[in-house]
Amino acid sequence: MTVPVIQVSGIRKTYGKLVAVDDVSLDVHDGEIFGLIGPNGAGKTTTMECVEGIRRPDHGTIRVLGLDPVRDVYQLQERIGVQLQQAQLQKRIKVWEAVHLWASLYRKKPAVGNQLLEQLGLIEKRNAWFMTLSGGQKQRLFIALALINDPEVVFLDELTTGLDPQARRAIWELVRGIRARGKTVFLTTHLMEEAEKLCDRVAIIEYGKIIDIDRPERLVVRHCPERTVLLATTDENAREAFARIPNLVSVTSDDERITLAGSGDAFITDVIQCLSENKIHVTEFRTVLPTLEDVFLRLTGHSIRD
Amino acid sequence: MLSLRGLPELTWLEIKIFLREPMGALGTIFIPVLTFLILGRMGVGRIANASQSVGALFGAGGVPVLVSLLIANSAVLSLVTIISIYREGGILKRLRATPLRPQTILSAHVIVKLLLTAVTMTLMVLAGKRYYTAGPEVPLFSFAIALLIATWSILSIGFIVASIVPTARFAQPVGALVLYPMIGLSGLFVPLTSFPPGMRAVAKVLPMTYAVSLLQGIWRGEGWMAHGGDVLGLFVAFLVCTSISARVFRWE
Repeated sequence: MTVPVIQVSGIRKTYGKLVAVDDVSLDVHDGEIFGLIGPNGAGKTTTMECVEGIRRPDHGTIRVLGLDPVRDVYQLQERIGVQLQQAQLQKRIKVWEAVHLWASLYRKKPAVGNQLLEQLGLIEKRNAWFMTLSGGQKQRLFIALALINDPEVVFLDELTTGLDPQARRAIWELVRGIRARGKTVFLTTHLMEEAEKLCDRVAIIEYGKIIDIDRPERLVVRHCPERTVLLATTDENAREAFARIPNLVSVTSDDERITLAGSGDAFITDVIQCLSENKIHVTEFRTVLPTLEDVFLRLTGHSIRD
Repeated sequence: MLSLRGLPELTWLEIKIFLREPMGALGTIFIPVLTFLILGRMGVGRIANASQSVGALFGAGGVPVLVSLLIANSAVLSLVTIISIYREGGILKRLRATPLRPQTILSAHVIVKLLLTAVTMTLMVLAGKRYYTAGPEVPLFSFAIALLIATWSILSIGFIVASIVPTARFAQPVGALVLYPMIGLSGLFVPLTSFPPGMRAVAKVLPMTYAVSLLQGIWRGEGWMAHGGDVLGLFVAFLVCTSISARVFRWE
């Protein structure tokens, strides 16, 4: 196993009496998209900004690409790309000017600006003032700026907050593109759908503490074993047959529509097997799986939106 | 390591951005020039340059020095406002997350403001030729250099104000509250010797006092050597203020 790109161990950060981050430890591996998920105020941004070297943790150690973000901040900044939450640029800076300025700041020969703008769909906007861009265009520009130095690790903080679903999907595609180029991505989000669709691994954080870390689907398996099958059949023997399915929890029906609730990974296979063995004819078949949202609810006792 | 990488790019960019803001450019360049012209039309220029009555009312080169200080102040206020807007908007924080160093960001703004001061100054000299009959004894070039040194020093007070004002809305009034009384205490209107000892002591530590002494002296045609103490005072003020603001500066 190679050394993780980011190693955070036992960091703590307080603002006065408020404990923003409390004993957070996590590793981010080379080439993965790692998501820090949790509600607003959970400590996501503080954790990320400590890793970026913008904030200094009170306790604990951080290594990014083998560097100490506090001591080696200038060295580190050459090798990472950062997109900050709620960042702005000068209102009247033009898109190409921002790219040109950023390109001049790095020692390394940067990625070609125009090519980046092309990839991010901003080439037609290159002469537009920052203030005239839409929310999605601003975010794409910030992604371009985060990629200008061809960084090894890219940090994206609440990248798609405030964007419409279409713009959000476009941004997800871009982030997958970053990973495809061999970069490591560390992002934060409070959107469970985003974490589930985009991240290879996630850490759930609340009240400044990490609750669990794993691949999204494994978190679901571990914390939410419930499986539900919705089907429709007119077969009168069906109910009797269903009762023999292992790990069945409940059967409810509304006319010919039947809901089978069970638990464990094997449950759905068992239902299918039961249908085929008993030659039950179904006109509808649908499975409902728990999501990260359910995992969050299970782990914290409340929805992420509360 | 003192790196100023990106300084030319950032400076040039900030000049362009400044010029794109019509109100900002208008306010900082044309309004002082206009004030100067109106004052000139009203005949203040002749009074101020008539050497006999000058001492009583203004001191030598009264109006030109006063207007120059107003130019310097407006440049400083403009710096304070921009820095606080940049802070409030998260622009400073975004710049800080790049290899751009703090000193580079501040230097770029200082250069822009000094250029602005020089441009305004030049415009005023051109526009004021008709009303302010500056004799051949007034060394305009030296006066311009003196004004740039004074502005540079006063800008460092601007750093402190910019470092501590909570929001951009307070920047302009707090800055004005700090800067304009300093002109009153500078000895421009009333000679320092007629101040009570306490006020004289305060005036002694304010850079504006040295700025006035330097500008008046140069205007009168005195040499730089005679005003080495003023230049030194302005330089010390710059060092002190810059090191204070380096400690209290907030990026967000």
